Amino acid sequence: MRILFGFASGLVFGLGLVVSGMADPAKILNFLDLAGSWDPSLAFVMAGAVIITFIGYRLVLARKAPLLMESFDVPSVKGIDLTLVGGAAIFGIGWGIGGFCPGPALTALPLLAPGTLAFVPAMLVGLWVGVRARKLAAPLSRLQKGA
Amino acid sequence: MPLAETTFTPWASLLGGGLIGLSSVMVMLFFGRIAGISGMAARALQMVAVPVQDWSWRIAFIAGLLAAPCAALLVTGSPVEQTVSDNLPLMAVAGLLVGFGSAIGAGCTSGHGVCGLARLSPRSLVAVLTFMASGFATVFVLRHLIGGSA
Repeated sequence: MRILFGFASGLVFGLGLVVSGMADPAKILNFLDLAGSWDPSLAFVMAGAVIITFIGYRLVLARKAPLLMESFDVPSVKGIDLTLVGGAAIFGIGWGIGGFCPGPALTALPLLAPGTLAFVPAMLVGLWVGVRARKLAAPLSRLQKGA
Repeated sequence: MPLAETTFTPWASLLGGGLIGLSSVMVMLFFGRIAGISGMAARALQMVAVPVQDWSWRIAFIAGLLAAPCAALLVTGSPVEQTVSDNLPLMAVAGLLVGFGSAIGAGCTSGHGVCGLARLSPRSLVAVLTFMASGFATVFVLRHLIGGSA
């Protein structure tokens, strides 16, 4: 059941990326090119996604529990720290170079463009290194906070 | 850096965005989790260890993502249009930065940009403004300062 519903959710997400044009890095790069060939489509994707999610989350999170798991598990971390801002800044540089973020890159993988085949494995390596780095940095930042 | 012209597609993009939102709501309704793709990939590949019942659906979700362009091909009869840079070293660097940055920043366009903003999370708002700003700046430098195709 979990596998079926997980697959369906992923398929809807991927179709959303395809329909919205976000599986094409050229559309991302043109969105980011304010001074050149600006294509505002990405803002419409974000708007459509955020509005539906905003409404849907309110309905779903009013429930006691999700359908297929015991409880909701949403991020509870508060506070703006250097890792959040630094990570997002690094992410934005890569996004601006390649025109891919993780969802579109994975969705575009079966299209087998050479650039995608170079991007995705490197992204997974970067993800792995980043997860490791966060784990190593965690005790350090607790120390700084005096906890 | 391909300088491909693209057409502004407000309705298709709004509709596709709506589907992305629907998927995020499905993931919350079924599994009670945020539909952030970087976190999804990290857990699906057990870079972040999760128990099996919290793992299998994530693998299935990624399989669903991969199935999407194939489904689109079956329905429309034409492959998804895209222009991807052929500069492979540059694309690999971009991938490294995107992966590393989303791990360090605890999210990407989907986790912060869609789910986080919909939850009115101040952290996500800061992350989105930051990666938008650095994305704008990067494209400006590559296309207008360095100029031409890399």
